[in-house]
Formats: sequence, C-alpha cells, structure tokens
Amino acid sequence: MDALIPVTRVAGRPIPLRGNDIDTDRIIPARFMKAITFDGLGALAFYDERYRADGSLKGHVMDDPRYSAKGDRIAVVNKNFGCGSSREHAPQALLRWGIKALIGETFADIFYGNCIANGMPIATADAATIEKLLAAIERDPKQELTLDVETRTATYGGETYRVEIPDGVRKQLVDGTWDATRVLLSAAAEVKATAQSLPYVQGF
Amino acid sequence: MAKSLFDKVWQAHAVRELPSGQTQLFIGLHLVHEVTSPQAFQMLREDNLAVPFQDRTVATVDHIIPTDTEVRPFSDEQAEGMMSAIERNCREFGIQLLDRASGSQGIVHVIGPELGLTQPGMTIACGDSHTSTHGAFGAIAFGIGTSQVRDVLASQCLAIVKPKLRRVEVNGVLPHGVYAKDVVLHIIRMLGVQGGVGFAYEFAGSVFDRMTMEERMTVCNMSIEGGARCGYVNPDQTTFEYLRGRRFAPQGEAFERAVAWWRGMASEPGATYDDVVQLDGSSLSPVVTWGINPGQAIGVGERIPSADDVADDEAQTVRDAIDYMGWKPGQAIAGTRIDVAFIGSCTNGRISDLREAAKVAALGKVKPNVKALVVPGSQDVARQAEAEGLHEVFRAAGFEWRLPGCSMCLAMNPDKLIGDQVCASSSNRNFKGRQGSPSGRTLLMSPAMVAAAALEGAVTDVREILK
Ligand code: SF4
Repeated sequence: MDALIPVTRVAGRPIPLRGNDIDTDRIIPARFMKAITFDGLGALAFYDERYRADGSLKGHVMDDPRYSAKGDRIAVVNKNFGCGSSREHAPQALLRWGIKALIGETFADIFYGNCIANGMPIATADAATIEKLLAAIERDPKQELTLDVETRTATYGGETYRVEIPDGVRKQLVDGTWDATRVLLSAAAEVKATAQSLPYVQGF
Repeated sequence: MAKSLFDKVWQAHAVRELPSGQTQLFIGLHLVHEVTSPQAFQMLREDNLAVPFQDRTVATVDHIIPTDTEVRPFSDEQAEGMMSAIERNCREFGIQLLDRASGSQGIVHVIGPELGLTQPGMTIACGDSHTSTHGAFGAIAFGIGTSQVRDVLASQCLAIVKPKLRRVEVNGVLPHGVYAKDVVLHIIRMLGVQGGVGFAYEFAGSVFDRMTMEERMTVCNMSIEGGARCGYVNPDQTTFEYLRGRRFAPQGEAFERAVAWWRGMASEPGATYDDVVQLDGSSLSPVVTWGINPGQAIGVGERIPSADDVADDEAQTVRDAIDYMGWKPGQAIAGTRIDVAFIGSCTNGRISDLREAAKVAALGKVKPNVKALVVPGSQDVARQAEAEGLHEVFRAAGFEWRLPGCSMCLAMNPDKLIGDQVCASSSNRNFKGRQGSPSGRTLLMSPAMVAAAALEGAVTDVREILK
C-alpha cells in the first residue's frame, strides 16, 4: 500500500456551486458509471447541468470564464450537498475535474465519507459564513482560496473564516490515515474474535 | 439500562474504537453488485489483498442488465464489460455470484431478504444507498461508497462514526388505498430530505407493527431519501415467520435458537433516543412527488406549491423544481398527463407490490399513448407472479412484462425516458435526469397509483378506481 499522505492544507481557485440538495445523480449521471474504472470522469462532472443535448454549453458556473482557471480548486456549496446515490463516482468526478476540497453548510453522510476516504477535506460553516464567502468569491473570483485543515480556517481575499472539521476527521487527514483499509487490517485478531462472538456467524 | 436495538447491534459488532473517533465495525453480510465494485476489486489486486470472509459476501447483477433479453454478450459493450468484470472478480476472489443462471438473481435489496440472507441483529453493507432496505428485519444496514466496498472486502469491517438515533413513530390506521410507500413519502415530506442527516431511524408504532415484511422494506428502503444513514424496524413474530424456511435462514433447531437471539436484540421499552417524532397515519392519503427530490411530495388531492409557501432557503429549490417539471404553481397534481408508467425497483418491485398493482390493472386498459412496464425485482418474484398469473393480468391490460433488474429506476440499461417524458414511477428517486433522459420527469407514487395512472393516462387517486 502507498505511504501515508497527510492532507493539512488545500489551496486553489474557488468554484461556487450554489443550491441546496445537489444530488449525486446531478454530479455524475448514472449513464457515465458503466466504465469499470474512474478514469475520465472529470470531464463528465455535472454533465447534464453543463451541456445541452447538442453538446453546446448551458452556461453552468463551471464553464464561466471567471472560474475557468486550470489547476486545483475548492468548491463552496450550500446545504445537503451530495445527497442521494452512494456512488463514489461523484467525488471521483469532482476530484478529477480539479476539486480537491469542499466547504459548505451541510453534506449528505455517504458523500462526506466518500470524500474523506479519498483524502478530500470537507469543512462546514453556518449559512451566514458560507453566504459571506460565496459573496466574496463572486465579487472577486480571481483570488486563491485556502482551507487549512490543521487550524480549521478558510482564507479568501485577505479574510479568514472559521470552519468546522470534526476532531476525528481532522486527525485522519492530518495524520494521513484517511485511507481506512490499512487501519482496519491491523486488527485481524480482534476481527476474528468479534466474528466468533456472533451467534449468526457461528450458525447458531 | 434499557437499550435500543441499534445500541445492541453496534456493541455486538464493534471490534474497537479507532483514533479517528470512528468505530471499527464488523460487517455480518456484504452484498456486492456490478456497478460499484469493479474499482474496489481492482484496488485489492493492486494492494495484493484477499477477501477473508468469502462466505459472508454475496454478489448479484441488477443495475445494468437488460430486461428484455437474456442473450450474451449484451448489445451495450460497456454493460457487457461490467458483467464480465463481476464474473471474473467473483471467480478470482472466491465470492458466490447469484447471476441469471443461478435462478436467484435480482435487485440486491430484493434477493437478500427473500433468500434469508438478511437477518435480525446483523450489520449489513452494500455499495448502494438503498441498503437501508435490510433494516426492515432489525438489521443495521449501511450504503457505502466504493472505497468502503474495498475496506469491507479486505477486512470485513467499516470505519464509521456512530450515528444518533431517532425514533419515528407512526400510529393510527392507514385508510384504504394508502400504502407503505405513501407512509414513507409522507415521513420524508414532514422531516425533509436533510432531516435525517447524522441519524439512524427506528420506525415504530402501530402502523409498522401491522405491516408485512415487504411493506417494512419499502419504508426502510427510503430512509436514505430522508437523509438518514440507515433505518430499521424491530424484529417481531412477523419477521420470524417471514424468515422461517428461507434458503439461507437457520433451519430446524438452529432456527429456534436464532429466534431467541433475534428477539433479544429488539429495542427494550424505555430505551433512550436522541430524538422522537410522532406522526398520525390515519390522516394520510395517497402521496405523489411533484418535484426533484423525494421530499417534494403532496397528497393526490393537493396542489403544486409556490416558492412563496416555503422558507426562504428552500424557495430556490422549489422554483428550480417548478421550472424543471414545467408546473404552474397552484395547479392540481391529479390529472397530470403521463407518458410512461414504471412498476418495479428495490422500493416496490416485490410480489406484494405486483399483486396490488395487478388488482388495479385488472380493472382497465393502459391508455394507448402510455408506455407501461412491469419489472419484477428478482427471478423469485417473477416466478411467483407468473405462478399466480399476474403477468397475464398485466399483459392483458397493456403492460409489458419484463425480466428482473433495476431497469428504469436509474436507467443504466436500455430502459430510459426520452426527452421530457413524464413517468409515474414506483421507484425511489425523482432527481433531475434520474430515469435516463436529462430532461425526463419523474412522479413517485405507490405501485397501485402507478397502475391507476397507466389506465387513466394521468395521475389519478387510486381509491376512485378501487371503489
Ligand atoms: S432499483 Fe434503483 S434504487 Fe434500487 S438498487 Fe436498483 S438502481 Fe438502486
């Protein structure tokens, strides 16, 4: 397995994705999930929100020239982002498009877990803070947004915002233990003992 | 102190606490399907990992398979690639694959229960959000992403934070023509699609006590649409009788010992909950969704809301939904013309769903301009329905009778909406583009309501037809 990769700080241009309840079907439509790898998903992120049937652009924020810089990005979102299907294709598509971290009001549970499992930090803040940050970005989109996982702060255009990252998640990111497989495999004997204590595993 | 089922199951399966604050939780049953697993198996290969608990892992194929042909290779090359990948992966890692040749193939959340794989007191995981379905048996069942599928394959464990627990009590007597689907759509409407985030739901009260296992599955299935991490109903005599004699359920004396253990896992009176919500089932009517998330639902006699009727931060979602669906605020939902009727999915593709829909189908003919599909949830469901002659009832009414699979619930196979067609659907999601057309429109409702809509060519109160 790869070495531990700590994620302490992410910096990149911002991409504001406004709206509540943006579901994973919207982030990546199911018809693009038929490949057996995650490769190539980046170009398909938010496909139906971005393209008309004839392939022309609808004018989604991801195609707005003000946000068209290449390189790492941080998305800023509202409530219940990533609800619906458990598909990890959604964070994978965002990641491959360049979104390396997200800041928002709230996130759906499975989506949240999928992001952390891929070393993508998620920070939350109350509605007023998010609105302030979104407004600052939309006023002047060309600054660099940083998310500091260690200090739990986001900085944009000289302004610093307090954000929330639960202690355990912060520790996973900072220690580089966000990829759980290695951790889970290190307790093989205890796992066996738990299995043996369960009547149904033993066939009653 | 009195304990909930949730606490007992959690405690019995907790391997250890992790430094991250998560619990390493043993998973008693891992269900695998073709769409969310290939990348996980590839990760195992790259890291040289095996599957240590092969006999606690079962795979099937449901999402991509065509429902109009069994011929291989599938005409869709990508679907065929996915199918061959799961066949190869299951062979290589020693996992039982319930494919069409096995006779037990079907939607993963339909076959787990009907084969008796799903049992009370278990932890269950599957790379699919509707894994919550299995909670109907008093199991704690989590939908997971592909990285976690890899984790469970490699270690039979999940690293997971324990959710809070909310008891959702529904009492009263459901009126005639009101089904489990209406109950859960009503719950989501009342608590919101975000209301359950961070919670497990315990469904309790006389309405759930009286429900059959299949009805409980419909409710638990959609817990996730209310944002909950999982949902369950405490196991009782109904649960045990359902399981008795099923293929993977304990047999003989072992079954009696199992019942004793299962009974002991149920929540005790006086158990503590982080939250309790009470709803009245007597006042419900058939529910139809009008919007682009399952919480945007109204009774069939109600009217489409306007953005002015809701809190400020929901107004944009309502405007977006009205715009996408093409409504005029204040319009009645009854009478809305439909183009497609879909009966199936892990929410409502079981034998009791088909029986209820067939009762309605027997009373008329599908309108000529409506394409109507019935897709049984599994090969077992299909065999049972055919034995009862339901397929003939549907065909005589003008429905197509298809092979088991997910079909038009998410349209990863050839069954798709075209353009901005309106579909009356017994599935679970009405998201933009969900049924395969980027501008397709979905109205969620019970299978009986879908059948009624097919006969009328428009959204109809099924109680009018059943009178
Ligand atoms: S029927 Fe629909 S919701 Fe259920 S598993 Fe299949 S695609 Fe998912």
